[in-house]
Amino acid sequence: MRQLENLYRQIIMDHYKKPRNKGLLDDARYKKEHIKNPSCGDDVTIQTFVEDGIVKDIRHDGTGCSICCSSASVLSTRLKNLPVTEALKISENYINMITNKPYDETIELEDAQAYEGIKDFPARTKCATIAWKAFENTVK
Amino acid sequence: MDATSFKKDFPALRNTDLVYLDTAASSLTPTSVIKQMNEYYEHYPVNVHRGVYKLSFRATEMYEAARNTIAEFIGATFEETVFTRGASSALNLVASAYGLTNLKEGDEIIVSELEHHSHILPWQNVAKKTGAKLIYVPLTPAGRITVDNFKHVLSDKTKMVVLTHVSNVMGYETPIENIITLAHAQGAIVSVDAAQSVPHKPVDVKKMDCDFLAFSGHKMCGPTGIGVLYGKKHLLDDLEPIEFGGDMNDNVEKYDAHFKDTPYKFETGTPPIAEAIGLAAAIKYLRSIGFETIYAHENHLKEKALDALEKLEGITVYNPGTDTGIITFNLDGVHPHDAVSFFDEDNIAMRAGHHCAQLVMRFLDVPATLRASFYLYNDEADVNRFIENVKAARAFFTEVGF
Ligand SMILES: Cc1ncc(COP(=O)(O)O)c(C=O)c1O
Repeated sequence: MRQLENLYRQIIMDHYKKPRNKGLLDDARYKKEHIKNPSCGDDVTIQTFVEDGIVKDIRHDGTGCSICCSSASVLSTRLKNLPVTEALKISENYINMITNKPYDETIELEDAQAYEGIKDFPARTKCATIAWKAFENTVK
Repeated sequence: MDATSFKKDFPALRNTDLVYLDTAASSLTPTSVIKQMNEYYEHYPVNVHRGVYKLSFRATEMYEAARNTIAEFIGATFEETVFTRGASSALNLVASAYGLTNLKEGDEIIVSELEHHSHILPWQNVAKKTGAKLIYVPLTPAGRITVDNFKHVLSDKTKMVVLTHVSNVMGYETPIENIITLAHAQGAIVSVDAAQSVPHKPVDVKKMDCDFLAFSGHKMCGPTGIGVLYGKKHLLDDLEPIEFGGDMNDNVEKYDAHFKDTPYKFETGTPPIAEAIGLAAAIKYLRSIGFETIYAHENHLKEKALDALEKLEGITVYNPGTDTGIITFNLDGVHPHDAVSFFDEDNIAMRAGHHCAQLVMRFLDVPATLRASFYLYNDEADVNRFIENVKAARAFFTEVGF
């Protein structure tokens, strides 16, 4: 089976077609981060609401390829309601996995694990990480 | 023509099933070019113009012989052939050295939405700094520049015409000679981006009568890091250099200096010596095959690919009338970055993105596209694999739910 098939079969198409937590809110409690990949036009905005050190809500919006758009949805489900420190740890771990660096396999990535196959498509690592980097910037 | 005979000239195509369809970004490099450059590094890898010893003399001779080869290739003289880092820096040199000093408020610069960012941003800068105005030639619905549309925007305010010879996205050839005649009748100066034409067809700057013209080595079987600016001698004579330093002067005093004549006044610092020698070798290689042969071959492959693409459902080709080996398309509903990974997995190298031409993307009203471009080292088997993969990709993305 094609590697790509593996990749798309799993979680990705589901989140691409039925994104969760999509659409930005006009709420001053949310911190917003917009990242654009000028080389391909991927364009993601992440909004987070943090209270008492807990990521209470994550919203996202943007345009781009399926990897980029779906990963914003996936991270919003994975990281919501977690303490900021834990969310950042998961994010860092995810980015290490995607970029072929050592990572802690015991940290449960859930749906985000589906992107592991991106390792075999180094030209696409940016697509899979920009939403996560935007998230990190909203809570750092 | 049997293209397999050319594949063997390119080390990157040996012992691989690679189908390389990204020549419009950068071409592959033939052995003869690599050998010439290696020879420089192995036998006389020293600076030019400076050393007063045998090796440096040889390097200088080879470097200047390369300039002669290139000048003769485009119908220019030695003095009119300036080495740069590439088409981008050549086009920037025109904008900075000519545009910034010769344009003023109220002047008009005719440009097009087909321009590569390297030919539009330098002139946006000129427009902002001088108060001159950018005027866009209206494109036809297919996205072409025509002489008629050019006439609509040409006026006695036009001081500069800044157009591409061949679009790197649409593959259209601009009717540049007629446009230049009209522009000159208004007293305007014309800068031509020939990055996508010089690699594929004979270009004679005197016949074209352009004032400035630029191209890059790496799109024509030459190395990266070298490009050429052609300028009419009297224009280059009048231009001030934009970079100052070693080699470009002939007398330096505490508060003043005197600069060399063109082309040297534009070439400060140690130049791309191996690259110039390599570019001359690339020109020799292309000429040994002949531009007519190359053009006919590319055209044949492009027609074959277009015929096949047109029969497929769910594929949009944006430039079915392309004049060159460039085909720009999308799988409907599939972001080109998703699509390109499918091709990559089968070792078909293609470009996906906006191709440094966001104005063309806006014109087409898409965020990005796929682009396949053919050159002499492609063959019918490449076209077949390309088409089979487009079909498979279409089926795959439909199946997984795009
Ligand atoms: C039409 C056109 N102009 C200019 C350029 C810039 O060339 P370079 O990147 O070699 O400076 C390119 C290449 O991308 C091109 O296709």
